[in-house]
Amino acid sequence: MTAMSSVSIKTTIAAKPEFKFGKNKVSANNVNVFYGDKHALKDVTVNIPEKAVMAFIGPSGCGKSTFLRCLNRMNDTIPIAKVTGKVEIDNQDIYDKALDVVQLRARVGMVFQKPNPFPKSIYENIAYGPKIHGLAASKSDLNEIVEASLKKAGLWDEVKDRLSDSGTGLSGGQQQRLCIARAIAVSPEIILMDEPCSALDPIATARIEELIDELRENFTIVIVTHSMQQAARVSQRTAFFHLGVLVEEGTTDTIFTNPNDSRTQDYITGRFG
Amino acid sequence: MAFEVVADSLGAQAKDSSKTVANIAVRRRRETIFKICGLLATSFGLITLALLLIDLAAAGFPRLSWDFFTNFPSRRASQAGILSAWVGSLLVILTTASIGVPLGVGAGIYLEEYGRRNWLTSIIEINITNLAGVPSIVFGLLALGLFVYGLGTGRSIFTAGLTLALLILPIIVVATREAIRAVPAALREAAYGIGCTKWQVTRDHVLPASLPGILTGVIIGISRALGETAPLITIGALTFIAFLPDSPISSEFPFVSFSWLFDGFTVLPIQAFNWISRPGSDFHANAAAAGIVLLAITLGLNAIAIYARYKLRKKLQW
Repeated sequence: MTAMSSVSIKTTIAAKPEFKFGKNKVSANNVNVFYGDKHALKDVTVNIPEKAVMAFIGPSGCGKSTFLRCLNRMNDTIPIAKVTGKVEIDNQDIYDKALDVVQLRARVGMVFQKPNPFPKSIYENIAYGPKIHGLAASKSDLNEIVEASLKKAGLWDEVKDRLSDSGTGLSGGQQQRLCIARAIAVSPEIILMDEPCSALDPIATARIEELIDELRENFTIVIVTHSMQQAARVSQRTAFFHLGVLVEEGTTDTIFTNPNDSRTQDYITGRFG
Repeated sequence: MAFEVVADSLGAQAKDSSKTVANIAVRRRRETIFKICGLLATSFGLITLALLLIDLAAAGFPRLSWDFFTNFPSRRASQAGILSAWVGSLLVILTTASIGVPLGVGAGIYLEEYGRRNWLTSIIEINITNLAGVPSIVFGLLALGLFVYGLGTGRSIFTAGLTLALLILPIIVVATREAIRAVPAALREAAYGIGCTKWQVTRDHVLPASLPGILTGVIIGISRALGETAPLITIGALTFIAFLPDSPISSEFPFVSFSWLFDGFTVLPIQAFNWISRPGSDFHANAAAAGIVLLAITLGLNAIAIYARYKLRKKLQW
């Protein structure tokens, strides 16, 4: 069974053409995270290339989500969390005191595990971000942003006739695409996705994965996922986390077919996790 | 083979079945006993309340007339009315709400969203909880010393509003905090995730989502303040008052006047108390009628609150 899934992962990868990586968008150096006394993330050093999809995989509690939340300083909202080390986006230290965290989060969008649209209309869900960041000069500007964002998220045709309906009335998969559209609407450079498909059925998951593949043309995407198949399908680079340590990082191809570390090998062949 | 094993174990259970049946009968009996006890406990409160209402209505209803609302109190029971009392109640509550609601909601938001968890917030927290249990007469004594004599605000509507605002502050603070705490973390994350400032998260997302709960707290507080008598007597509310406070609308610019804030006043419960303490059943009927009016106002406020909460919840589109 494990051998089978391993084979199918290999074939998925083999079907893809060779990927050319651009320059590094994010580089993290010796990042440590503490939740109170708990040392949740230990000395993580990794580079994330621009306009590509990077996947973080690993068993539950391995620190992959914790690291993802360092990249837009979402850990700031947890009072007991402490982050040390250096995270740079375009060579700019994002933990610098002079940097405005609000501006950072406009540049680094986030999509969460459980779809969490605002309890407002579909239109308002998308328009809210551009409004608070002052991205639209007029009502028609705003309309354009809303339409473009929904189109990019592949949701426009399904909702264009009911933009004033509640965002929470959509199906789970549609809600998650709405959340992606909401993130896109403030034109971020990076989109972080924290297990975006874990609450969705396989068909909705497939749609989101297609979407991720399209989005990497314009955005740098970092995705945390429980599913190795998903990592293999959507990502170009993969990092494997275990017990708060980044065990191994490389092209998705290498990680899934020829990992260096025995722990990576054991995880991708399903021996634990 | 496997089937026989299953049949065997079923047989073993069957042996015990008479015991099980007896056991179930005991359990069912206990359940019935508990149901009856619960019903008695519930109906005791309901029946008492119903009797009280019927008694009040029977005694006071004949006195309810237009004149009763438009007359000042009088030495003759049949001519006495509640004009100064209901106007006083209205103005006092207006003052109470204008002071108590912003302070209470503001404090609740601060403690829940902005205040760091340290010893200072812990002390404030414990104090607010304790404050909710302080007898109202103590608030009256405080107000008499601090406001009436200390700050010289007099035996006025303003002093009464301030006192009652203090009294209902803990209720509003606690309700606000509970309501804010009930807002799902996912909503906050979503807002922070697209780059909201703390104030934007609070104003645009947390407050709308918690408004129904906050409103409930505000109404409970105001209903409580409406029925308070002790602290107002302490600060020197008048019991026989044959004039109205200054009009809040004036004919000259800026057309609103706040001099009513510093006028003497009485309120409905004090008026009722005054009448009931007089000899003679005529005045007792007046007290009952005033009680009906007070009750109607309280229930009316609650009805408005429930309707508003329902409307707000619907607007939220969860």
